[in-house]
Amino acid sequence: MTKSNFTRRGLLKTSAIAGAGVALPTIFTAQSAHAFTNEPTGSSVTLGFNVPQSGPYADEGADELRAYELAVEHLNGGGDGGMMNTFSSKALQGNGILGKEVKYVTGDTQTKSDAARASAKSMIEKDGAIMITGGSSSGVAVAVQALCQEAGVIFMAGLTHSNDTTGKDRKANGFRHFFNSYMSGAALAPVLAANYGTDRKAYHLTADYNWGYTTEEAVKASTEAMGWETVAAVKTPLTQTDFSSYIAPVLQSGADTLVLNHYGGNMVNSLTNAVQFGLRDKQVNGKDFQIIVPLYSRLMAKGAGANVKGIFGSTNWHWSLTDEGSQAFVKSFGTKYGFPPSQAAHTTYVQALLYADAVERAGSFAPCAVAEALEDFEFDGMGNGKTLYRGADHQCFKDVLVVKGKENPDSEFDLLEVVEVTPVDQVMYSPDHPQMGGAEATLGTCNNGA
Amino acid sequence: MEAIILQILNGLDKGSAYALIALGLTLIFGTLGVVNFAHGALFMIGAFCAVTLSRLISLSHEVAVEGKVDFLGNPATESVPYIYDWFGRATGDAIIDWAVPLSILFAIPVMMLIGVIMERGLIKHFYNRPHADQILVTFGLAIVLQEIIKYYYGANPIPTPAPDAFRGSFDFGAAMGFDPNTIIYPYWRLVYFAFAAVIIGAVFAFLQFTTFGMVVRAGMADRETVGLLGINIDRRFTIMFGLAAAVAGLAGVMYTPINSPNYHMGMDFLVLSFVVVVVGGMGSLPGAVLAGFLLGILESFASMGAVLEVLPGLNQIIIYLVAIIILLTRPRGLMGRKGVMED
Repeated sequence: MTKSNFTRRGLLKTSAIAGAGVALPTIFTAQSAHAFTNEPTGSSVTLGFNVPQSGPYADEGADELRAYELAVEHLNGGGDGGMMNTFSSKALQGNGILGKEVKYVTGDTQTKSDAARASAKSMIEKDGAIMITGGSSSGVAVAVQALCQEAGVIFMAGLTHSNDTTGKDRKANGFRHFFNSYMSGAALAPVLAANYGTDRKAYHLTADYNWGYTTEEAVKASTEAMGWETVAAVKTPLTQTDFSSYIAPVLQSGADTLVLNHYGGNMVNSLTNAVQFGLRDKQVNGKDFQIIVPLYSRLMAKGAGANVKGIFGSTNWHWSLTDEGSQAFVKSFGTKYGFPPSQAAHTTYVQALLYADAVERAGSFAPCAVAEALEDFEFDGMGNGKTLYRGADHQCFKDVLVVKGKENPDSEFDLLEVVEVTPVDQVMYSPDHPQMGGAEATLGTCNNGA
Repeated sequence: MEAIILQILNGLDKGSAYALIALGLTLIFGTLGVVNFAHGALFMIGAFCAVTLSRLISLSHEVAVEGKVDFLGNPATESVPYIYDWFGRATGDAIIDWAVPLSILFAIPVMMLIGVIMERGLIKHFYNRPHADQILVTFGLAIVLQEIIKYYYGANPIPTPAPDAFRGSFDFGAAMGFDPNTIIYPYWRLVYFAFAAVIIGAVFAFLQFTTFGMVVRAGMADRETVGLLGINIDRRFTIMFGLAAAVAGLAGVMYTPINSPNYHMGMDFLVLSFVVVVVGGMGSLPGAVLAGFLLGILESFASMGAVLEVLPGLNQIIIYLVAIIILLTRPRGLMGRKGVMED
């Protein structure tokens, strides 16, 4: 007869100790082998380009992807080097980043926050992307930025104009080169006052989502500050295609100016409808009726055709700029693809180069080291004049372009003319500005992941 | 008062588009018993018929321009449409200007053909399958058609303006004795409403007063008996599918100056048009037209500033809210017949 000494408790104890013993080496080796998420160990490094490849912003996404491909080519020493030659920092050598060849993977944001997060997550977890960049919507930017913060990778935002991206939703791992709603308002107001006077009654139509709200708030604040009155501000559903029922009551309200806080397809349709209704041929309060589009995108303005003529707005960058950096970029992009780049292409190309440069200067891919190198970094030669990547909120501060739909375009790309380059000082604000989330808005702490 | 008249006008043209699409949907449902989720895509393809024709008549060759450079600093070229070479500049410009109305002639045969190919090639295989299968296959087809258009034309909206003669708007306010500028309405939208009325009238007249229409109506009432009388009802139904496609296509062609067409414009209209069909009563042609205008007008009223102040967000739900109320009180819709989709 044999007697077994096994008891339930004994078995549990033994397995716990054995388990810990098996796990012990990996706990330590994991720590020592990877100091941060997706630390590149081979001869190459992978960047993740998360852009809308389907959905209504697919054309803008395609232009972003072209710019990224061009940036990768230049970083690896191919092509004519583009803005690497005009960039004030000379850390990039054309031999990849820190000597590692730059490779990339792409994801499709579909301009939906959940899809964008899923594609960013997959690029980080499956493809080992060290940095995520791109996008064409503020909703997506805020969502992906939060994901990158948790995952411990750097997020270099693409086209996102809402104050919130570097305002109340700012994150230590996220950086934005593109300008924002506040800057649009601050740059536009003086030009509007000079052209349309300080006694105007404005009617706002605002896309019913995050970006629309911050743009309405910014334009309202800056135009009211110079004497304009806001008669009404009506929210329009993001899915709206026919704006006639929103535009028809504008004249009845006594307003003499219509501000369209719309972007993309919304902007094309609302502007087309407003012009169709003949608003611009009307006289109200003894003044010519005017329409304003706070954020212009040349790619999208094309959809509105001749309706953009003479209409003021703002833009981050335009291919017709004559500075050395812009010209170098237009030349390499135009030679490769046969048409000039959009502002989305410009900001994404610059973001890719800025990231690579920061890694070189930091001497490390570690997100916190890169973030430190980007914070309060001043540079020039990237198309917007002297630029500061402010450390307090990770927003770039640079000159803002006020543009107007061109009356007599020379070509299909020649839709906007730059009427004023608003100096950076005029669009500067404090990091705790009420429109930027006030004193509560903080970056949090940088996350290296792993 | 002015605001109310204005929103009724607004509702009329929106209602015209809903009514035209819903009419086609009902024709297909009434004849073939198929729930066609690809109908919005047909509306979109119609719009792209206008885009295609505008591009075809603007086909150009490049001519070097002295003393001008392009964005890269190379010698610039200018596109000169072939139509200028053939008819002279003035006539050429006039033809290009009238591209959208001209597209009607182009769209009718193209849309009929697409409709017939769709029915013979795919949809006929699903006649005896459950409605869920029909919805899935036609919805899938809609996505495929949409992606094909996106591949060739891009995702951005494409401007397709109305002829110059129809630019601007009519001041109803001044004409009716109100203050000028209070009730203005774009000429093209009036054209759209009139066009929709003509098409709707033509479809009803065709069904009511022709032998072909009579046979189709008989087939809708009792397909089996009509078949037993030796009439090839299937062939007539195929033609009806082509006709329904043409109606949706024409609605799309004429809609292009109102909103620049893009590849997903069909989806924007599809869901609403289905609500219209259900509210109007499945299979009822007058019901579809009536519900189309009714919901169009209600939607316009719901987006009035005064209404939104009291009930914010009403503009987003009004159509569905009305649909729920109507279906609760009249389960077969406004003019629905007994026995349709009730087996």
